[in-house]
Amino acid sequence: MKFSEKWLREWVNPEIDSDTLAAQLTMAGLEVDALEPVAGAFSGVVVAEILSAEPHPDAQKLQVCKVNDGVETLQIVCGAANARPGIKIPCARVGAVLPGDFKIKKAKLRGVESFGMLCAEQELGMAESSDGLMELAADAPVGTDIREYLQLDDNLFELGLTPNRADCLSVRGIAREVAVLNKIPFVEPEFAPVAAAIEDVLPVQIDAGEDCPRYVGRVVRGIDIAKPSPLWLQEKLRRSGLRSIDAVVDITNLVLLELGQPMHAFDLEKLSGGIVVRKATEGEKLTLLDEQEIELRADSLVIADQTKPLALAGIMGGLDSSVGDQTRDLFLEAAFFAPDKLAGRARSYGLHTDSSHRFERGVDYALAERAIERATQLIIEICGGQAGPTIKQNGAEIPEPQAITLRAARIKRMLGMSLPNDEVVNIISGLGLDIKAEGEGWKVFSASWRFDIAIEEDLLEELARIYGYNRLPVTPMSANLEIIPKPEKLRPQSQIRRQLVARGYQEAVTYSFIDPALHEIVSEGGGIELMNPISADMAIMRDSLFPGLLKTAEYNSKRQQQRVRLFEIGLRFNGKAAGEQIPTLAGLITGRRSPESWNESGELVDFFDLKGDLEALLALSPSSVSYVAGSRKALHPGQSAQIVVSDKAVGWIGALHPSVQAKLDMPNSVYLFEIDLAVLTENRVPKFEPLSKFPEVRRDIAVIVPKAVAAQALLDCVKKAAGEQLHNLRLFDIYQGKGIDPERKSIALGLTFRDSSRTLNEEEVSQSVAAVVDALQQDLGATLRN
Amino acid sequence: MQNLEALRAEAADKIAAAEDAQALDQVRVEYLGKKGCITELLKGLGALSAEERPAAGAEINKVKQALSEQINERKALLEQAAIDARLAAETIDVTLPGRGQDLGGLHPVSRTIERISEFFANIGFDIVEGPEIEDDYHNFEALNIPAHHPARAMHDTFYVEEGTVLRTHTSPVQVRVMESQTPPLKLICPGRVYRCDSDLTHTPMFHQVEGLLVTEYCSFADLKGMLESFLRAFFEKELAVRFRPSYFPFTEPSAEVDIQCVMCGGEGCRVCSQTGWIEILGCGMVHPKVFEYSKIDTEKYTGFAFGLGVERLAMLRYGVNDLRLFFENDLRFLAQFR
Repeated sequence: MKFSEKWLREWVNPEIDSDTLAAQLTMAGLEVDALEPVAGAFSGVVVAEILSAEPHPDAQKLQVCKVNDGVETLQIVCGAANARPGIKIPCARVGAVLPGDFKIKKAKLRGVESFGMLCAEQELGMAESSDGLMELAADAPVGTDIREYLQLDDNLFELGLTPNRADCLSVRGIAREVAVLNKIPFVEPEFAPVAAAIEDVLPVQIDAGEDCPRYVGRVVRGIDIAKPSPLWLQEKLRRSGLRSIDAVVDITNLVLLELGQPMHAFDLEKLSGGIVVRKATEGEKLTLLDEQEIELRADSLVIADQTKPLALAGIMGGLDSSVGDQTRDLFLEAAFFAPDKLAGRARSYGLHTDSSHRFERGVDYALAERAIERATQLIIEICGGQAGPTIKQNGAEIPEPQAITLRAARIKRMLGMSLPNDEVVNIISGLGLDIKAEGEGWKVFSASWRFDIAIEEDLLEELARIYGYNRLPVTPMSANLEIIPKPEKLRPQSQIRRQLVARGYQEAVTYSFIDPALHEIVSEGGGIELMNPISADMAIMRDSLFPGLLKTAEYNSKRQQQRVRLFEIGLRFNGKAAGEQIPTLAGLITGRRSPESWNESGELVDFFDLKGDLEALLALSPSSVSYVAGSRKALHPGQSAQIVVSDKAVGWIGALHPSVQAKLDMPNSVYLFEIDLAVLTENRVPKFEPLSKFPEVRRDIAVIVPKAVAAQALLDCVKKAAGEQLHNLRLFDIYQGKGIDPERKSIALGLTFRDSSRTLNEEEVSQSVAAVVDALQQDLGATLRN
Repeated sequence: MQNLEALRAEAADKIAAAEDAQALDQVRVEYLGKKGCITELLKGLGALSAEERPAAGAEINKVKQALSEQINERKALLEQAAIDARLAAETIDVTLPGRGQDLGGLHPVSRTIERISEFFANIGFDIVEGPEIEDDYHNFEALNIPAHHPARAMHDTFYVEEGTVLRTHTSPVQVRVMESQTPPLKLICPGRVYRCDSDLTHTPMFHQVEGLLVTEYCSFADLKGMLESFLRAFFEKELAVRFRPSYFPFTEPSAEVDIQCVMCGGEGCRVCSQTGWIEILGCGMVHPKVFEYSKIDTEKYTGFAFGLGVERLAMLRYGVNDLRLFFENDLRFLAQFR
């Protein structure tokens, strides 16, 4: 909402300066987005008339004008194309100072003397840009100071209003706020109702009463549309950001800004029969004022005559029935359209107008007649003509102000302080609401313009707002001291993060929506498409954290990072619609194993670097973890494994598939893991075991097995066969090469035996080892290496 | 006896000339060993007369002892020299960098969320997370934002399908908690939120921390108290805080909270658009409609809620001047938040 300070002060004029007024509005919840003068700082500029304009003898684009400034005739050289005899323009005399401290002096332009400057709006700081001289009205009094003539000692206010404050989308509404904030009475300017001079009426039939509870109209005949809007009207509109069109349209716009009632004026001659307020017929066509033809849907409300739709109700008028330069007779409309019915409709046609903006948020339902009176009065004053009687039609029950109970105790409880009774009454009644004492509180009736006041809390906000949020007390909260339970078996996410950070990983946060191309490369078939992605490469909700990390690694590799270690924690999305949303941890490493240093040879990371980090993370898990060789899209089939915890697949670890690596143009092998976060947030709670007083016995064996036998299988087999006294098992060497069948490999194992109650004897240990060797031979075809 | 003196002198020279432990031991064996010259002299004492024997014996023993001492001294000296030599040989450049990993770092968003969470966890708030693909009911309706409500225009919503959205704020988490738990409630919900908006100051994904407190006693004054102390703790500064009336469909009264600009101290700068104030969060008393949706007795309980923009807090705290840096994940940027 944009308006001029002078206009507001016509309604309510507290003795405070502009900055104080702005601060007051902001702190009352009507945020002032901008406060600026309507024109730049300048002086010495008067209304003048161009008497003649001759081409400059030596310059094609310049003219030499003779100008009457009310005192004398001045010769001024001017470059504006619209400079022509007979127009009135602002003229900066010699000695004038224009915005930017630009002093006007006598000058010679290409040899011709010039005594001043003819001004465009931009040069006076009244517009961002302008095209030629500012042309003033024909009746502008020559010689008058332009600041005085245009009343330029004024400020523009621009408010960023929240959707609940539709009542402040008018000067009237803002004035009411300013009045109550300054504790001064709010008095609406008087204007006399226009009595009917003719008997013409137009039948109004409301078929869609729920949508249009009230419709008020009036016929005005015999107007002179050629009469221009007076300066004060044009200036008010201009300062609210609206252009002057013609007097009738300007007047309806003025009423919209002044009172908050959107209006429409039809050319009476173009209407066939009476007005019908009805739902559109599916597919009906209507050409709007902005000249676009729309196809109406059956849910839309139209203002129609007997034969055709005329306007999209509450949103925009139609072109065919609009006021034009041939218009003599008008039909004025001021209606109340139900906000909940109109909500979203303009948007569904890709429209947003001053009218729809107000109706969706709620227009004062008691305002229509007053608005019609105001508009009629102005039209007759400016364009002449004669008005018929006001036509009023109700489509449904007009809303009634609701009674709300306001309890003194509730004020204290919610705001943390009591307000004196007279303060409560003054604030509430100052806002225009009826209030009367009742029991330990009051009964308040909401007002026709306050759609946001329906319950007690709404009144509490009003009290707090007008009293001042910052005058309300500030209390430190107190609560009972309670020990907050914190399960030891849960590991906080922050701890997982810190562990990775300590191992050199940098956390990344990547977008949850990813490039479908990358998704295609990585996805195992999940991913959820957005209906309205912000761009084509952010269109799919990720079903893996790999794409984000790969993109990040690629980005950083291209910026000379030789060593990249990344992790991310976030949701991945499976299934359709809301589907499964799984908290996930993923990591990526590529490049050097260690930072470049004097004692490092520059070795690159491999699978086991990453696996070691993952194992360290999983070391605290209370469940058994295993790795099963497997393959998934985007991973190297010979270097990837599924992570299995308690027999459940919970993630993947592996090398990036070389072809994907090439596609991403990554210089070195890339290793990734991804695991359900839930596995990591479970912790083992330590449980004491008595320390054995008896010695351990270690035996090392080397076995030769087929190459395909996985180490995990070997270890599992040993554990099963060795018996309960096996206390520790280490795989400490793998050998392939000279002396070993090329299809086989040698694996060395260290077995440590122990018993908690006695010293093991030689024989027992040998038996256990023999059992292990036997089992390995039987299950995995192993032979003991000599 | 002249012989003894000559032997002593000779031995003394050899001791002094011994360059290492081995050479020194050879000298010891040569003179003081079982067959050493001095030992031989002692053995020869028997050939002397009883009168001469004590004096001669004393002489020889004196020499023996002196040599023995000289050997020990020399030995200690040589040992010290050997240690010195070893120390000299083993000296390293201790200023060379150590071996091993760099430290990684948290993302500034995580770091900020962790800090915020800690302040609230310390006073007993639970930390709760919720789904990011959310249904219309939890994201809008149960928060008193019915379909076509103008407030929906404030949220540029991403849709997955009709009725399913990417959550536009973390507020739906409060609804989910209120549905499943009974008051008193004290919780914060940090997380990702999404809005279909992208320019210099907006990214289509960002982070919020939602806070909710529902008890039998809390008031707007308590809300003011808690947020003021939070903001001062977060910025570690006694900064001015002001509350401005605002509008959120799910709170009543609602407020926007401004802090004195942390960049210019309230003098007015580019960051605060010359106003000296920075809008930092939205808050309010929980709207009775929201309580009704969650079947919480509005007469018995009152509550307040607030929502913080994490990136905004991080930018102000650490002086980051471009929002988009948070999601580029440039290591040169991230490494600054170790």
